Amino acid sequence: MAVMTAPGTTYETVIGLEVHVQLLTRSKMFCGCSADYFAAPPNTHVCPVCLGLPGVLPVINRAAVEAAMMTALALGCTIQPDNKFDRKNYFYPDLPKGYQISQYDLPLAVNGALEFAVGGETRRAGITRVHMEEDTGKNLHATDPATGAGYSLVDLNRAGVPLLEIVGEPDLRSPEEARAYLTTMRQLLRFLGVSTGNMEEGALRCDINVSLRPAGSGAFGAKVEIKNVNSFRAVERALVYEVERQRRVLDAGGAIPQETRGWSEERGQTLGQRSKEVATDYRYFPEPDLPPLKMDPAWIERVRGRMAELPRARRARFVADYGLREADAALLTESRAVADYFEATLDGDRRPERARLAANWITGDLFAATPDREALGDSPLTPARLRGLLDLLDAGRINRTTAKQVFNELLARPDEDAAAIVERLGLGQVSDDAAIRATVGRVLAENPKPVADFLSGKAAAKGRLVGATMKALGGRGDVAVVNRLLDEELARQRGG
Amino acid sequence: MAGDLIYLSVDEARDLLDRREVSSVELTEAHLARIEAVEDRVKAFITATPEQAREGARLADERIAAGAAATFTGIPITLKDVLCTRDAPTTAGSQILRDFLPPYDATAVARLREQGAVFVGKSNTDEFAMGSSTENSSFHTTRNPWDLARVPGGSSGGPIAAVAAGEAIVGLGSETGGSVRQPAGFCGIVGLKTTYGRISRYGLIAFASSLDQIGPATRTVADCAHTLGAIAGHDPADSTSAPVPVPDYRAALTGDIKGLRVGVPREYFDQGLEPGVEAAVRQGLRVIEGLGAELVEISLPTSLSGLPTYYIIAPAEASANLARYDGVKYGLSVPRGDLLATYLATRRAGFGAEVKRRIMLGTYALSSGYYDAYYVKAQKVRTLIKAEFDRAFGRDDGADGRAAGVVDVIIAPTSPTTAFRIGERSDDPYAMYMADVLTIPANLAGIPSVAVPCGFADGLPVSLQVMGPAFAEDLILRVAEAYERSTDWTARRPPLDGAPREAIVGSGV
Repeated sequence: MAVMTAPGTTYETVIGLEVHVQLLTRSKMFCGCSADYFAAPPNTHVCPVCLGLPGVLPVINRAAVEAAMMTALALGCTIQPDNKFDRKNYFYPDLPKGYQISQYDLPLAVNGALEFAVGGETRRAGITRVHMEEDTGKNLHATDPATGAGYSLVDLNRAGVPLLEIVGEPDLRSPEEARAYLTTMRQLLRFLGVSTGNMEEGALRCDINVSLRPAGSGAFGAKVEIKNVNSFRAVERALVYEVERQRRVLDAGGAIPQETRGWSEERGQTLGQRSKEVATDYRYFPEPDLPPLKMDPAWIERVRGRMAELPRARRARFVADYGLREADAALLTESRAVADYFEATLDGDRRPERARLAANWITGDLFAATPDREALGDSPLTPARLRGLLDLLDAGRINRTTAKQVFNELLARPDEDAAAIVERLGLGQVSDDAAIRATVGRVLAENPKPVADFLSGKAAAKGRLVGATMKALGGRGDVAVVNRLLDEELARQRGG
Repeated sequence: MAGDLIYLSVDEARDLLDRREVSSVELTEAHLARIEAVEDRVKAFITATPEQAREGARLADERIAAGAAATFTGIPITLKDVLCTRDAPTTAGSQILRDFLPPYDATAVARLREQGAVFVGKSNTDEFAMGSSTENSSFHTTRNPWDLARVPGGSSGGPIAAVAAGEAIVGLGSETGGSVRQPAGFCGIVGLKTTYGRISRYGLIAFASSLDQIGPATRTVADCAHTLGAIAGHDPADSTSAPVPVPDYRAALTGDIKGLRVGVPREYFDQGLEPGVEAAVRQGLRVIEGLGAELVEISLPTSLSGLPTYYIIAPAEASANLARYDGVKYGLSVPRGDLLATYLATRRAGFGAEVKRRIMLGTYALSSGYYDAYYVKAQKVRTLIKAEFDRAFGRDDGADGRAAGVVDVIIAPTSPTTAFRIGERSDDPYAMYMADVLTIPANLAGIPSVAVPCGFADGLPVSLQVMGPAFAEDLILRVAEAYERSTDWTARRPPLDGAPREAIVGSGV
């Protein structure tokens, strides 16, 4: 149904997202093949079941169901007590059985919501349903260089990987909101540990439904579906483009037909796809190879009990338990990888000063050295090695200046711990009174001008003397001791 | 010597093997010789596998020598060609799989292989088990050993005829709507359809998943009990296989059926029974009564809706199960200019008329706008049929023990007729479908039923079936075996030996 409008109308944008999430399980949804197929040679993660050989039967992967349950619970959905799988029938070479095992009229969970922040405000979008299904394989299209003829190859490594479809309500009102919804969704998935959420690798995929309607109208305009959107940036760009395109058509007195469009990254446009004459009839019917799934409440509670802490709860706990400032807690809980790294670094130490120290090093030097926060877990600077550095700082064995040098060494030399680095480079802090007093004496003798300035009342001149002493100590002097001894020696000169 | 080694029971063969009077190699060679001798007449096999059988026999002899024999070590067995085997092609009787070699064994096959069974060949079936005569096999039609002008029944006509003709001691067939019991009845042997979930379906090429069950085809009830014991039980690879303990079925054959209440459903005698069939079954019932059982006339009116219900549900499931045969991954492929053309050409060339008919029926029944009227309604009727059996067996909710009319088992004819002539019904699908009218209700209800020979009509075998509650295989086998003991029907042999061929074929062609 097209919405007819007059030029000059102001519009409201209505966006709903259908998100497909690959679940991070060891094996596939219905067989024992490894689900970690990324970058594997084609057709190496396959078995009779996911190849759809004659006579094979699916067996439900319990870990996949539990990952799906966790996601549904985290989205505030109601898990339906009676669940079943259905067959969705269609022919395509990447679909080995000629049907996809999915869930149709009794999905895993319904009626949830996702809260996300846009421009400092909290927004909430409804979740219609969450259901489980199996992924398809991939068709690869190529051209024979000799003949110029096109041909296709099928890679079934991905076939049968567990997939979650999360259908959102059309509650999003701008491209910015759509992007925030999606990034928040990914953050949630990563905190739960149920998916890598990596869009570029296809672990998170998104179909966008978007329409415009006159502001204030309760009706929906004709829905345009946008496919082939493979990054967060593309989601926002495609929506910005499509909203503007629809607005122009409507302003020109045109109508928006219901259609499917593809996003072209190169052209920065959505392009109309060949429309099908008839709606596809998938002939869903209950999968007779799988008994219905009874969702025992005790099972649901056990899974709920094993759920990882979600971002908001973790942020609050960081403030309450470690005395972190809100801003630091927020930074540390943007990603589960960071939050995990932080807590691993503390290793149960709940002293606020230690927490603040760890937070400063992680959000400062470590972030600067690790642009991909998600890769923190793979950093050569493990939490234990960073903790070694913090311990040396706390014990006064090194000062801030040398700590930075040790930090760089820790990154460069994964086999050496902080203490060994300090030892090897001779970076241990000098806090021995006699040694520092001798250096102070020499510095005072060599710098008569600042000494005179200080004694004549210019307190600031002391800074130069501290600097000169630290320099003479190779940067390793204990600043507190240096200050104390300088004060003593200057007092004696004033008195003498 | 070879002649003495065919038509042995499992117990007899086991005894000879264990006492080293006969080796498995000798037993196997005797059966291979028998296949050689009769196969041009019976045509029970799609792929005979003599080399695999000889190797299996050699290994079996080693195992027997080591004192580690199991029930089926060294016993020649034939498998319906819908059971996947890793060492022999598995065709499902179809051109679309004519060269398909599975990389795995079906669970039931694997369990027999673990016991050291000897597999003599893959036997004939209607294409994808869709048929009642083996005339839908894309390879050839198997003949009934009792009259070579007649069909052996189907779809498990291959293994059934092979066992009846002495080409194997035991066969494994499969049922969706009577495909073991009906041919067993036509060929004068014992055929069992188990409770749905009793035997793993893993590796059984699917026809209709909610109905398919593998079933033993044997010459005696005791052999049937042995076979069931070897292959029954939960399989983690089949989520619909039941985690129900497997009793000792052989030990359950006590011969004692005194006091059992036997239901005789009047509707099953009202389906166009041939007079000779009805007479033999009624006589069989009198024998059972004579063994101390009580006959109770019961009514199962909903069973009559079984046939149309089955012909919605089975084709619907088949239409999806057969979608994988698309010429892309394995099996026949007929490449054409584009994808759709390739699909169409492959499936047009690879599937026979009956398979195409059922795919179309099933696709239609599942289509938007027809789904509720056909598929959903059929499922409701199926539930009613199951409830009707539950009531008869006193297994419905609220039943108070042995209420009036409640029975332990139900006995009915297996088929309305004896074996029909080859070609007689092949142009009339409905007449062909009617051959399964009495067997289909048990499939829809998921209950077990065993067909056992109960006489002859015009020289052709007649059969009765004993149906029981879910997982009461031990009970129905006990009834069947008690009956078998009192008669000599399962000791009769078809006239393949000695009798002039003209005399055998005489009644037809």
